[in-house]
Amino acid sequence: MTTVIDVQHAVKQYGMGDSSIFALDDVNLKVESGEYVAIMGPSGSGKSTLMNIIGALDIMTSGEYYLDGIEISSLNENGLAILRGRRIGFIFQSFNLIPRTTALKNVELPMAYQGVKAAERRMRALKALEVVGLADRVDHEPTELSGGQQQRVAVARALATRPTLLLADEPTGALDSKSTSDLLDLFDQINAAGRTIVVITHEQDVANRAKRVVRMRDGKIVSDELNKERVA
Amino acid sequence: MSLFEIVKFALRGLTINRLRTFLTTLGIMIGVMSVIVLIAVGNGSAKAVQTSLDRLGTNSITIRSGASGGFGPRSRGVASNTKQLTVANAYALMNKTLAPDIKQVAPIQNANATCAVGANTTTPGTFVGSWPSYFEISNTPLQKGNFFSVEDVAQGRRVADIGATTATALFGTDNPIGKVMKCGGIPFTIVGLTAVKGSSGFQDGDSLVVAPLTAVQSTLSGATSALSNITAEASSSKVTTQAQAEINTVMDQQHQIHNASKRDYSTFNAAQLLATSSSSAQTFTVLLGAVAGISLLVGGIGITNIMLVTVIERTREIGIRKAIGAPKSAILTQFLIEATILSVVGGLLGVIGGYIGSNFTIAGTKPVIEPLSVILAFAVSILIGIFFGGYPASRAASLRPIEALRYE
Ligand SMILES: Nc1ncnc2c1ncn2[C@@H]1O[C@H](COP(=O)(O)OP(=O)(O)OP(=O)(O)O)[C@@H](O)[C@H]1O
Ligand SMILES: [Mg+2]
Repeated sequence: MTTVIDVQHAVKQYGMGDSSIFALDDVNLKVESGEYVAIMGPSGSGKSTLMNIIGALDIMTSGEYYLDGIEISSLNENGLAILRGRRIGFIFQSFNLIPRTTALKNVELPMAYQGVKAAERRMRALKALEVVGLADRVDHEPTELSGGQQQRVAVARALATRPTLLLADEPTGALDSKSTSDLLDLFDQINAAGRTIVVITHEQDVANRAKRVVRMRDGKIVSDELNKERVA
Repeated sequence: MSLFEIVKFALRGLTINRLRTFLTTLGIMIGVMSVIVLIAVGNGSAKAVQTSLDRLGTNSITIRSGASGGFGPRSRGVASNTKQLTVANAYALMNKTLAPDIKQVAPIQNANATCAVGANTTTPGTFVGSWPSYFEISNTPLQKGNFFSVEDVAQGRRVADIGATTATALFGTDNPIGKVMKCGGIPFTIVGLTAVKGSSGFQDGDSLVVAPLTAVQSTLSGATSALSNITAEASSSKVTTQAQAEINTVMDQQHQIHNASKRDYSTFNAAQLLATSSSSAQTFTVLLGAVAGISLLVGGIGITNIMLVTVIERTREIGIRKAIGAPKSAILTQFLIEATILSVVGGLLGVIGGYIGSNFTIAGTKPVIEPLSVILAFAVSILIGIFFGGYPASRAASLRPIEALRYE
């Protein structure tokens, strides 16, 4: 097994002086390839901050972060863009689809930036949309889709690039129980196919499906244990 | 990712807010159009000056009283012993031995008089007393009737040739020949109608009365022998310089001048006038061009403004694109292309508008399009698009993904 995520002594400080906040306070986290990790913790405990750093969207105040063995701070802007495009699939809490753009085009977009040929891109996008059960909604724009459908488009977009690492921040926050369980089934399939998944959640049901649960409080990791039911 | 793909993104971006895209394009269009039209107007007026001077005859040389001080107000009376120009001077210039390159000479006495026939009155823009040679030197052909003759001059007969504008003002559509008009109270019989010259610049060449010098001097200009000026015509445009030198020789003799710097008269040839006038016309064109350039600049600022608003509005979208792997260059190119499309389309429409606008007569001038101004205005509009679009574009491209995503 290879290490996908290796965060060492991560500190993220917001503000200066008296009013400064440590959103991350000396966090150490290692995730191996093929793991399925849930990150839990109360609101404001630093989960999203950690996720943004893992996804190379944000930078740390201090500490080191290796993704697939590459020190992130050594990459330039372009290198980061390529890394985000090729290795990481994001699923945001707030969907973050491009407005006035069809589901199909949204799913194709990351592949477009990677230089995947139009025909292949379309094929892979259609496939991904089929996997999330939206084969009949490919030509709909985000405003014409329900919250759950939008979230599934976001999942398809994250999957279509075949990322080694799937990051999801509260992916089920806007979903009903049926959609939630559909999505979680999908995550199981993806993980079974060898992809690494890190998912942030408030919900115990969601955390129960992961193989490892990390709990945070006040910017620190307070517990990190395997889910005995899932890890046989 | 291919450029074609980015162009598609850019086109989509432009269709999101059509009204705004339209207004920005309009700004650039007006800028380019005004550059083309205003420069065409300046150019057209320069051309008009040129044709009117051409009509004057490039072979003609004008002699004026007073030391030369450039064209314009004469420095008269600087020297107390300044001699006036006289008919005797004009005769002297006709000496073929001393002035072989001078074809003909016309002494000119300008007058100011209002002419009337019954209730109709008009004040001719040009009222001159001269010799028949005036018509040829000033390029004034005849349309109807006759030029007054040498005999008329000798006898001081009160006859006149008039231009079309004067004829219409006094006689309407009636044939004026043989009729009598009263100018400054003096009756003149009309013997001929000159051919239409058209108006050149600000002067109507057909608001004209030409009468025998003797008749004008004895009636309207108060019987003085001082002429307004003398016009001579060189045998050809090649010898105007020699002719001018010969005039100087004759006039120095006439005025007993032994030192060229003490001359109490000055000579101008039409070529010199042409040079002066075209340089002032050029200044005019440059001025108009500058005004138009400013409007083009304002159009450019419009592009910056729109691109800034667009970038702010689409900050989140930029964040999403970056988060899913868009490199900085792709974002930069997309917004640059959006700005360039705005300015190219605006520029093209401006060129079309410029060509259409230049078909109309503006401020009495028929605009003449200067091809260079079209190329320049178009090129500048594109550069403006890239330059002014570049700043918002690079701002968009430099946003950190997390900042862009958090933007509400
Ligand atoms: N841009 C920012 N500027 C200042 N403080 C910030 C900023 N972003 C986050 N914080 C602070 O950092 C802390 C951690 O925020 P974070 O978003 O990581 O919480 P979270 O665990 O994801 O919470 P939630 O479950 O509500 O999403 C919070 O106290 C928050 O107020
Ligand atoms: Mg959060």
